[in-house]
Amino acid sequence: MGVEAVNSDRSVLVEVEHLVTHYGARKILDDVSLKVYEGEVFVIMGGSGSGKSTLLRYMLALERPTSGSIRVLGRDVVRSRPSELYELRKKMGVSFQSGALFSSMSVGENIILPLKEHTDLDLKTMEIMARLKLEVVGMAGFENLMPSELSGGMLKRAALARAVVMDPKLLFGDEPSSGLDPIVAAAIDELILRLRDALGMTVVIVTHQLESAFKIADRMVVLDSGKLLVTGTVEEVRNSSNERVQQLLNRRVDEVELDPEAYLKRLTGA
Amino acid sequence: MPAEGGQQALNGAARRALDAVERTGRACVDSISAFGYGAALFAESFFWIFRGRSIRQPVRLTMIFEEMMQIGIVAIPIVTVLSLTIGVMLAIQGIYTLSLFGAESRVTIGIALSVTREFSPLITGILVAGRSGSALAARLGTMSINQEIDALRVMGINPVRFLVVPPLVAMMVMLPALSFLSDLVALFGAGVYVSLDLGMSLPAYSDRVIEVLTVNDLLHGLGKSMIFAVLITLVAVVNGAGVTGGAEGVGRVTTRSVVQSIAAIVITDMLFVFVVTR
Repeated sequence: MGVEAVNSDRSVLVEVEHLVTHYGARKILDDVSLKVYEGEVFVIMGGSGSGKSTLLRYMLALERPTSGSIRVLGRDVVRSRPSELYELRKKMGVSFQSGALFSSMSVGENIILPLKEHTDLDLKTMEIMARLKLEVVGMAGFENLMPSELSGGMLKRAALARAVVMDPKLLFGDEPSSGLDPIVAAAIDELILRLRDALGMTVVIVTHQLESAFKIADRMVVLDSGKLLVTGTVEEVRNSSNERVQQLLNRRVDEVELDPEAYLKRLTGA
Repeated sequence: MPAEGGQQALNGAARRALDAVERTGRACVDSISAFGYGAALFAESFFWIFRGRSIRQPVRLTMIFEEMMQIGIVAIPIVTVLSLTIGVMLAIQGIYTLSLFGAESRVTIGIALSVTREFSPLITGILVAGRSGSALAARLGTMSINQEIDALRVMGINPVRFLVVPPLVAMMVMLPALSFLSDLVALFGAGVYVSLDLGMSLPAYSDRVIEVLTVNDLLHGLGKSMIFAVLITLVAVVNGAGVTGGAEGVGRVTTRSVVQSIAAIVITDMLFVFVVTR
């Protein structure tokens, strides 16, 4: 619990307590609790179907949990009124897995949109701010292209630019560097660290990529089948004695015990 | 053994019957909840139209104008062609029918009333449902799958205000407008045929039409158009927002949206006429 002691003087920006969620009758998240402190890069790691993207959706107040509480920037998002959520959302940025750029708008219009909706700045200023953010993500000069004309890596970078255009206190990213070639992925990891250091942003990243997670995380959690296996710094996670964590870290395949009778049953469909 | 087999067969039949009941029940619940969702969307849309500006989340006029362009202005050529054709067709059928009684010259009454009260709103409604309703459902479906609607929500941009209100308002303005255009073109088309076939001059024809038509007849048609506009938009939005299953799902909801909105238009038309005309 050394980490808790070190962090106790920093404010908590995201606090999830005993979160339980269901999809239909299936339990997706089971008693998940975590804290994200100001100014850190917090990584939620887990395999496919571990519930990590679901956890993100709940933190973003896109879904209502079965039980448990979620506080973001000091506000209980489960019980917030729409007007309170509206104010809260102006202070956070989100980049989705697919980028989720609006396909009917150019890259520049996409990035300007939050400014247009939430500020009274004049168009010229907004355009400059959008170009500034494009510059930060290394996409200067692409503002007039349509999202369909961009490659996967560019889409993710443009989505990051849109997520940070309002200079949010809190940035969420769903798999920002997955599915990209190693060089682009590394560049995005660098970018996330730069956002933390240069702009003082608190960043919450969901990823299944070990390498990227270890590179950017100040602290991380490992999620498996909806349960938190371990929480801590990169070192603490690496040295975890949890067998499942080690299995995930060392990419070991599940050992399947062979039950001949069940196998036959599965094959015959009986 | 035979007894057991019989038991199993019975069980199978009972299970199938139970399944059918369950499916019917589910379908009922689903359609009731879709109705409720549509009604809630409609109410929320009015909230944004009237209260949005005061809470600094206005509905953008430029977006409404863009939608009006797409829904209305771009549809003018096809509405014109269809209306002209319908007008001529009505004239032919009307003259043929009335010739059985030797009353061809009374054809203008039938044309004037059926065009303004029925054919124009119905044809433009069906056309716009196929053109713009389907496009709206496909757009919302694609956005939903691409997480664009989630992106709007987490940006603090209400999707109803941003995606539903502009097409709804545009539809409610443009559909009656198109319907009125259709009135004029169809009556003109019918007039041309009548003047050629019966030797009635166009001015005489138009005098007759104006004599027969009342403001009420026009409003009857335009009022229906307004209702159709709401139906088309809400059906498209409910279907588009409820998309599941990727690109194939988008295709499915687009088709379903067109079929449902045309069905809704025709059924509502009948109900409207029943209530208003009797």
